[in-house]
Amino acid sequence: MAVTVNVSHLKVAARGEGGMPIPIIRDVSFSIKKGEVLALIGESGSGKSTIALSLMGYTRPGLEVVGGRIQVGDQDVLALKSDELRALRGKTVAYVAQSAAASFNPVVRIMDQVIETAVTTQMCTRAVAEAKAIGLFKSLALPNPETLGHRYPHEVSGGQLQRLMAAMALMADPALVIFDEPTTALDVTTQIEVLRAFKAAVKERGVTAVYVSHDLAVVAQIADQIVVLQHGEVREAGQRDQILHEPDADYTQSLMQAAQPEKRVRPSPAKALGTMAPILQIKGMKAGYGKARDGSLQKTVLDNIDLTIEPGRALGIIGESGSGKSTLARVIAGMLPPAAGQVCFHGEVLPPSLRARSRDQLRRIQIVFQNADTAINPAQTVGEVLARPLQFYYGLKGQALTKRVNELLDLIRMPSSSADRLCRKMSGGQKQRVNLARALAAKPDLILCDEVTSALDSVVAAAILDLMAELRHELNLTYVFISHDISAVRAVCDDIMVLYAGTQVEAGQSQAFKSAPYHPYTDLLISSVPQLRRGWLEEARPGSSGAQAQPEDGLCRFLPRCSLKIPGLCDTMPAPRHALSDGRNILCHLDEPSLRAAQLETV
Amino acid sequence: MRVGLLILKRLGAALLTLWLVSLLVFILSSMLPGDAASEMLGQSATPEAVAALRLKLGLDQPLYVRYFQWLFGLVSGHPGQSMISGLPVAEIIGTRLPKSLFLAGLTALVSVPVSLTIGIVSAIYRNSFIDRALNVMTLSMVAVPEFLVATLSVLVFAVSLRWLPALTIIPDVADPASIARAYALPVMTLCFVVVAQMARMTRAAVADQLDQPYVEMAVLKGLTKPRVILRHVLPNATGPIVNAVALSLSYLLGGVVIVETVFNYPGVASLIVDAVTSRDMPLLLACTMVFCTAYMVLVLIADVAAILANPRLARS
Repeated sequence: MAVTVNVSHLKVAARGEGGMPIPIIRDVSFSIKKGEVLALIGESGSGKSTIALSLMGYTRPGLEVVGGRIQVGDQDVLALKSDELRALRGKTVAYVAQSAAASFNPVVRIMDQVIETAVTTQMCTRAVAEAKAIGLFKSLALPNPETLGHRYPHEVSGGQLQRLMAAMALMADPALVIFDEPTTALDVTTQIEVLRAFKAAVKERGVTAVYVSHDLAVVAQIADQIVVLQHGEVREAGQRDQILHEPDADYTQSLMQAAQPEKRVRPSPAKALGTMAPILQIKGMKAGYGKARDGSLQKTVLDNIDLTIEPGRALGIIGESGSGKSTLARVIAGMLPPAAGQVCFHGEVLPPSLRARSRDQLRRIQIVFQNADTAINPAQTVGEVLARPLQFYYGLKGQALTKRVNELLDLIRMPSSSADRLCRKMSGGQKQRVNLARALAAKPDLILCDEVTSALDSVVAAAILDLMAELRHELNLTYVFISHDISAVRAVCDDIMVLYAGTQVEAGQSQAFKSAPYHPYTDLLISSVPQLRRGWLEEARPGSSGAQAQPEDGLCRFLPRCSLKIPGLCDTMPAPRHALSDGRNILCHLDEPSLRAAQLETV
Repeated sequence: MRVGLLILKRLGAALLTLWLVSLLVFILSSMLPGDAASEMLGQSATPEAVAALRLKLGLDQPLYVRYFQWLFGLVSGHPGQSMISGLPVAEIIGTRLPKSLFLAGLTALVSVPVSLTIGIVSAIYRNSFIDRALNVMTLSMVAVPEFLVATLSVLVFAVSLRWLPALTIIPDVADPASIARAYALPVMTLCFVVVAQMARMTRAAVADQLDQPYVEMAVLKGLTKPRVILRHVLPNATGPIVNAVALSLSYLLGGVVIVETVFNYPGVASLIVDAVTSRDMPLLLACTMVFCTAYMVLVLIADVAAILANPRLARS
């Protein structure tokens, strides 16, 4: 079959200070046959997006192609003039961006954006284009395809926007579609639906595609060929099964390992449950935003939360975006006073708001924020960042301060010379270490980790998780580990609590989360985590995601998405909380045997 | 519906602000040393004569009584009589305000398109030679004091070249050519003052949007550059741009004293200066309220435009 895409010896460089070119892509070659999907896989900085964009004759500001040849069909992309490039883009080669939420114009209706290329280039009339777009919406399994296009981007959920963007790309029946990390920003349950829709659309139309991702498990579902990139060079390239089963390069193997956090060995907790007085205890807590006239909350984010953590243990809190996990951390830290219920710390009731807490109470609970880029002042040196809590809580100065900063750097496995480096010059992983050290500086008893690894590449994230596990051992820390990633949570936590729409649907010890039965939502979460084997996507259970109507107050929040619901019971009576035989408790009408039967059947 | 409510709220806030301003200027103006009576009679007047005139003008009454009398007059359309000329204030302002509005309108007509063009062009060609040249040009325009611009332009275009009249005499017959001739110099001078800020704000707003991922997406969809700018970038930059335009234009009513003086133009700005020097309180207060209202109206228009341009605010 004819070769449709051929990239040979591509070199891209950044214009550095003083005009010296810095190589970003060094000599990359690959080719894609018609109808094939090629995955470019690598971590951030590997140049995968740069290569993908260069297929459209586009480089981001500051970059330029300095060598090589890109052939798409019979066109030499790098030799095209600007009007020829315009004709290529959107028609011959189409692009699906990472964040559809940011890549749709917020003030233009979706339909107008989807059909824009087709209409402005007079490919077809508006009516024909709209009809075609509605057909694409249907084939991408979007709800209300007839009317969806009249909405503005902010009125549509993230997973739907991502599919709408794919529809936009497919409008002109392009010869090549570039998917640039299209599911990275989505919840796992949403990711499944979007991946399925993409895969079906690609197959159905025989589209040739480039799929850019950092996630091997996702790539395993959709790609025919895989190119593994690191620092702008090809580490390994080959057919999917060969890369997945017999990876040659060390780098590919480390990527594979990082993709399977549960297989990593980490120190287990020191003490057994129930031997110590709890460090943190929350009962019947309710929290939210906005106060109505009668004193109730305008928007309840968390309802009826109970939790207990014993010293030295790690509690994982999982749920998808909007489930209230970060709000829970904010309540514990005192940033958001709860509307009902109390936070007990070491047996004493903590004042609800930050202002009323003593300095020592503040010191004992520290928070590590998700995004180190925004949590740390980029204009300060690492030393200054770490010195601030030491001065505030311990009044350290001079030699003592320097000594303690060095100790902290040692804890996070960074050399003491890095104290003088500016935070903005650090890599993402280093910044997250500094972020962690800043919390450790206060010598806290409890650290709240809010999605600390979700902005990091898998290899770097795995290293941070390892570091956190070691520190827990060394310093006898207690963690509340908030994440959307159930495999990360299972790997580092002793106890797990699953939040769905602000309610606690399941809680128990981590080991118990290894086999069915689960709460139906937990089951959906677990089965939605992509697995490295092919065929997983087809076998995985479809879980309807997103913005269904919320059930009435008191009823199970998961009801609209539950595949096991019992009509007449679940939609009339509040679900009871009951214990499973392994000590977990779940909020569900179904009893243990029926959950087990339903869940084992589908595995 | 939410838009209506938002606009009503803004309107309410504007009225409240106007009332506070009326209170403030009334109190402040009463604190100016001397009053109309002593100002009219001059330094050699006897205290008895001044007291008699005060009584006649009603200046002997307590401040709050005078305030409420004035406020009700203002609301019912009778902001009193000038203490100096004896003419109704409404009439004095009525003859001057349309002329000021006309000058401001003409200036807006020229300066807004010019500054938007400069701003958009320099944002598109960010950090290029064009951007820097436009930047230097607009900033040096705003850096030169307007009296200098006005005087120099009169020197060059009226005195040396004799192309344009030195004084702005409003033509009786309103044909476009004679209007253009008469207004060319003052409008040019005023443009010098307001273009820089509008252009800089436009550049910042557009440049900010150009960095957004949806602009890259629009380019990758194969759209032409004008379409990317007009269809995608500008609607998103509307909010900050209309606000900058409103702020600059509000200056054109009250802040153009120098231009009015140089070109001997009978607008409201010189009226307010006269009112201050002669302690003509009713006139001064009325002028202040006119400026303030104009400012409020412009800001309100900018707010509404920004709301309508943003579907997240416009659609509930």
